[in-house]
Amino acid sequence: MDLPLIWAVLIAVAVMLYVILDGFDLGIGALTVFARSETERNLMTATIEPVWDGNETWLILGGGGLFAAFPLAYAVLMPAMYIPVLIMLAALIFRGVAFEFRHKAVREPTRIFWNGAFAYGSLIATVAQGFILGGFIKGITVDGRVFAGGAFDWLSPFSILVAISLLLGYVLLGACWLFLKTGGETQEFSRKWAKRALIGVLVAMGAVSLATLSIDPRVTERWGVSMTSVDFGTFWYLVPIPTLAGVLIYMLWKDLSNRTLKPEWRPYLLTVGIFLAGYTGFAVSLFPYLVPFEITLWDAAARDNALGLMLVGAVIMLPTILIYTAYVYKLFWGKVNLEDGYHG
Amino acid sequence: MEFDALLLSRLQFAFVVAFHILFPAFTIGLAAFLAVCEGLWLKTGNEVFKRLYLHWVKIFALAFAMGVVSGVVMSYQFGTNWSVFSDKVGNVMGPLLGYEVLTAFFLEATFLGVMLFGWKRVGRGLHFFATCAVAVGTSISAFWILSANSWMQTPQGYAIDGDGRFYATDWMEVIFNPSFPPRYVHMMLAAFITTAAVILAAGAWQTIKRHQQKPTRWQMRMAAGTLLVLMPLQIWAGHWSGEVAHRYQPAKVTAMEGWCETADVQPTVIVAWPDARRDCGINNSIAIPGTSRFLFKTDEPLKGLDAFPESEQPPLWLVFYSFRIMVAAGLVLLLMGAWGVLKWWRGTLDKPGLFHWLALPSGTLGFVAVITGWIVAEVGRQPYTVYGILRTADSVSPVSAGQVATSLLVFMVVYAIIFTAGVIYMFRIMTKGFDDEANDPPKESGRAPGSPLASVRDMAEPVQAAPAKTGG
Repeated sequence: MDLPLIWAVLIAVAVMLYVILDGFDLGIGALTVFARSETERNLMTATIEPVWDGNETWLILGGGGLFAAFPLAYAVLMPAMYIPVLIMLAALIFRGVAFEFRHKAVREPTRIFWNGAFAYGSLIATVAQGFILGGFIKGITVDGRVFAGGAFDWLSPFSILVAISLLLGYVLLGACWLFLKTGGETQEFSRKWAKRALIGVLVAMGAVSLATLSIDPRVTERWGVSMTSVDFGTFWYLVPIPTLAGVLIYMLWKDLSNRTLKPEWRPYLLTVGIFLAGYTGFAVSLFPYLVPFEITLWDAAARDNALGLMLVGAVIMLPTILIYTAYVYKLFWGKVNLEDGYHG
Repeated sequence: MEFDALLLSRLQFAFVVAFHILFPAFTIGLAAFLAVCEGLWLKTGNEVFKRLYLHWVKIFALAFAMGVVSGVVMSYQFGTNWSVFSDKVGNVMGPLLGYEVLTAFFLEATFLGVMLFGWKRVGRGLHFFATCAVAVGTSISAFWILSANSWMQTPQGYAIDGDGRFYATDWMEVIFNPSFPPRYVHMMLAAFITTAAVILAAGAWQTIKRHQQKPTRWQMRMAAGTLLVLMPLQIWAGHWSGEVAHRYQPAKVTAMEGWCETADVQPTVIVAWPDARRDCGINNSIAIPGTSRFLFKTDEPLKGLDAFPESEQPPLWLVFYSFRIMVAAGLVLLLMGAWGVLKWWRGTLDKPGLFHWLALPSGTLGFVAVITGWIVAEVGRQPYTVYGILRTADSVSPVSAGQVATSLLVFMVVYAIIFTAGVIYMFRIMTKGFDDEANDPPKESGRAPGSPLASVRDMAEPVQAAPAKTGG
């Protein structure tokens, strides 16, 4: 059994789950910047309050899983991303406690402070994750088994582009979740923002895709596409990925333009599909590197007895986790409404 | 002492982990308390326990959120600041932490949602199940993290490959390493005791303020009883842990006891003053001679600090004084428990008096003991990260001092802000007491504890200074 490959897939799935789950949390957090009243803000946070903590746990699994399964990758990537990880953590701290604190503040200034901590904490955490992703794709300087680059290697025009794209993507996820969980004016608000974000996502995905192709000759070769020429023999096999993204974006636009759309979970699901397409695109570009373009997943992997032990745990626990997570989502399924029985 | 990346990284880890442990120590105990209260309510139908539950669950939500956010930080510290350590021990410690995420974190985080927001959506039995799931999750989490940390104290079941990297040869030996059983018991008891001390203090405050209601009386009885029962057990667990440390980490015990010279029989040092003239830096000013015969069953001479070269010694004074503070805090809590139960017996627990005034500061002593106890454990392990094998100096990341100084400063500022706010909000709920929640059961059961409206109601309480602007 190729345990490193199995674990690479498992961690990739964990990170994907993090992105589509905490992505909507963070996106809604960022959207509260534009909430038009305190009631609307409460409604927006109420759509995520019961589930955000579980969602964020996938991030811990991403970090902890990387340490456990690919200690070398963890040991190289974390020092390389020291500053964006710090920014992300600080932002997540503020936003995490703000869920509770903004309800507990009695004076107007403190309430405004915690509302701001929630909104901007979400926004900044997202941007920091974008910088981490961008810096990761751009490649890491490694000497032997340690990071050998500078403190700001992660900062580049490319990583700025990725950070903006990720923010747009999370806002889209958040807006679609809000669309599903609310009605009336707030739903219209979410529809409006979903459309805006979708246009942004369309442009950003195109730009990031093109830029990624010119990051490293190996990526160019993998896709068979460069700025100037296309090798159809190679590209033909991969063409379904961008095509799928395009079709999903079109379908989502149609859905968001439909005033009587049923079922209302479709936009969220389509957004997940768009994310999946983009994610697969990255995976195709970077495979098999876990530290682009220096360390492969096999080089970084922990010993087989460590991976095997964890695989036993994962095979038992991951389905269990997914089942009870699904149960909790089902429990809180349906529209939130501060006036109806849920809170009153 | 130079403020290089190594020292700054050590300070940062000490700071973020000390901050973090305050919340798990409290929420492990509080989750168990909540499960007991909800269970008692379901079993006896006594509204007092339901009111206790609904009251303390609000505090739990705050403490848990702070534990979560400071815990996320911890899962990245090994990588950002101790990457060489991560690379070297990842094969052994990684799976333990991986199991913590898989078996504990998801359980607590997911069922917390049901616990806080499912009050009306699920039946009583299922809600109780969610509370228990959170409580069990916190204990499982402690299991794995204590196992990983204990392996760093008393490593076994491993080998080292040609590149200097550790790998496991026997997982059962790794997980159940020698210091793990006593340290896990010690930490769990510490968590229960810490929480009991806080609950006692909150009850004492309400009694002093004559804001006392039926749940106040019950929470004080439960807290005092818990302290009286668990503190003797804790002293035993602490001694057990000390015995194991004496066998495997003699330098640590030497520093804890303040023994400077090797001798056949050592004293119990009660207090010592710093003394630069002596090699080990302290002067045993008050000591009971000859006690080691009863504490450590051994025929060998008991090593003093002079038995270890300087490069093998942990910083003595920090371990020495932290240990004494921890023990003193524990003894005070034992006394408070005994005194409280005596007052309960005599029927005077509900009348404000000296006991209640002393119970207030005692509410912090559990935290004091947890922090100082961890200082003893972790500083006592120095100068190693993996005891006796991997040096702290050989574990640190290749990051600049400037980066670490920046991150340390950021964490200090951020934690100062959220700690202040969080403590104020928890104090408000604790001191306000029980807002007659149970007088109107059907209406009350419709409110999700910790939910926006429950909080809006908090704001509208007359005890609050400012007129509340309820959302919208």
